[in-house]
Amino acid sequence: MSGRSTPRRNDDALAHRPWRGTLREYDLFKELTVGVVVVGVLVLGLSAVFGSPDDRSITLRSWATSAPADFVATATAELGGTSDLASYGPPYNRTPDATQTIGAIDLQSLSGVRIPIDTAKDFVIGPLTTLPARPAALSVWSASTDKQRTAWTTAYSDALSKAPKNDPTRVGKGAYGPVPALTTALLNMARTGALDGVLSTKNSFFNLDYSRSILFLGDGTYFSGLASSLHLTGDQWGVMNETGNYPGQSWLWLFSFWYQVEPFKSAPNADLLVVSLMLLLTLALTLVPFIPGLRSLPRWIPVHRLIWRDYYRRR
Amino acid sequence: MSVEGRTTETPADEPSARTWTGKSRQWLLRRLPPEKLLPDDQPSYVASWIYVFGIGAIASFVFVILSGIVLSLNGPLWYHVSVLGHFVNSTHLWSVELFFITMVIHLWGKYWMAAWRGGRALTWITGVVSFAVSIVAAFTGYLLQTNFDSQWIAFQAKDALNAVGIGAWFNVADLGQIFMWHITLMPLAVAAVVVLHVILVRMHGVVPPLDAAESDAQLRSTTPSLIDTEGDAR
Repeated sequence: MSGRSTPRRNDDALAHRPWRGTLREYDLFKELTVGVVVVGVLVLGLSAVFGSPDDRSITLRSWATSAPADFVATATAELGGTSDLASYGPPYNRTPDATQTIGAIDLQSLSGVRIPIDTAKDFVIGPLTTLPARPAALSVWSASTDKQRTAWTTAYSDALSKAPKNDPTRVGKGAYGPVPALTTALLNMARTGALDGVLSTKNSFFNLDYSRSILFLGDGTYFSGLASSLHLTGDQWGVMNETGNYPGQSWLWLFSFWYQVEPFKSAPNADLLVVSLMLLLTLALTLVPFIPGLRSLPRWIPVHRLIWRDYYRRR
Repeated sequence: MSVEGRTTETPADEPSARTWTGKSRQWLLRRLPPEKLLPDDQPSYVASWIYVFGIGAIASFVFVILSGIVLSLNGPLWYHVSVLGHFVNSTHLWSVELFFITMVIHLWGKYWMAAWRGGRALTWITGVVSFAVSIVAAFTGYLLQTNFDSQWIAFQAKDALNAVGIGAWFNVADLGQIFMWHITLMPLAVAAVVVLHVILVRMHGVVPPLDAAESDAQLRSTTPSLIDTEGDAR
């Protein structure tokens, strides 16, 4: 419209050239100093009044001690290759059709298996071989076929799920082979704290990588159960939450929001969809000055009349 | 454009430089002369509380860095066992929260001011990039808490990163990797983008009000000294 186009042109021309109008005194350093003082008072005050959360980390030892049934069930699943991690796909293993995709786009497979994890070997068999007194069941397991191993772990998993309170000590008799002995030995090892060290050190003195410990913990229900009780799981707004009554990463609200609504909520490729959407939205925010409509909203919704009310009043 | 206006302000008696260093100095002085870098006046329309939040974000960032340095000096486990360490950790948390609060208000303010006008698009872009980089920086900080929260965030966040194929290189359960990202790479990245953003703000000046016109009173009664400056420029 011609009525709008003229002021727009004036406005753009004014914005392009140096301001030739009235000035006001401005002290950059003074403003920065006042800002630092005010923010400093706020930071110290908030810290003194509210502090910060620090819920103790859990360990494989505390898991084995607090929830032995869950620990044994998880160890059995790792041994049988039926855990979530065992069928995760890249970057941990090669599981067919396990990756999240959008049509033919399969970004997850691009990395290949860069953090290889064999759940039976890395979480159960390997750690047990480090014990001074190796369980005899290890030899039986090593000498058996894959088919036999699968039959044993499947039978034992079923039996555990049917046992009262999933208690490994109350499982009925069955053809479980060396599996109960192996999982019990691992449970006892974890209860001493030895498994924490073995899983994280990877035969090295130094340790900075906790991938295997966290992934093993995540395959059980104890870890996620604690997270759920602290309102930290994905369906509870996930990573933007913090333990206790703290604001957490509230700036991730939109990222967390998509996981709460359809079609993302129940999509098998929800992570890929949400991350892709957020990348697109971030790109759109970055390019707002060039996007018709979005760049014009500030003209149509006159919030600027409030911001520059003194200017408009005196114009 | 302001930059073009300043081009002719290069001292006439300074010969055109022939070295890379001299050319760089002259280019920098043309683009960002001292009176633009450290101004002691601003256009009269720069008079709103919304302008406070940009400086508030920078002030918060100062406290993020200072508290982060103290935490770095003592290592990531210190705050679990020390009352002073816990307090410093709290100041780190709250300065980060204030950093984001002020930055988001600043961003929204600039949106409603359409502050990208007049060749300021790169200023807007660097602002959004600093916001995005800050989110990654804060995320690595949450992973570095070495407590239950960081354990769970590491377990949960791996899926999103793996889904887009970067989890293999940016491994959220690798404390050593995350430690280095948080205390070196990300602070450098945030600081670099923020500095670039502030320099661009100083170079281009604060955007005038929407619909401002030459007939406005603030433009009719111009400052003599500024007229002289512009006159000299011509």
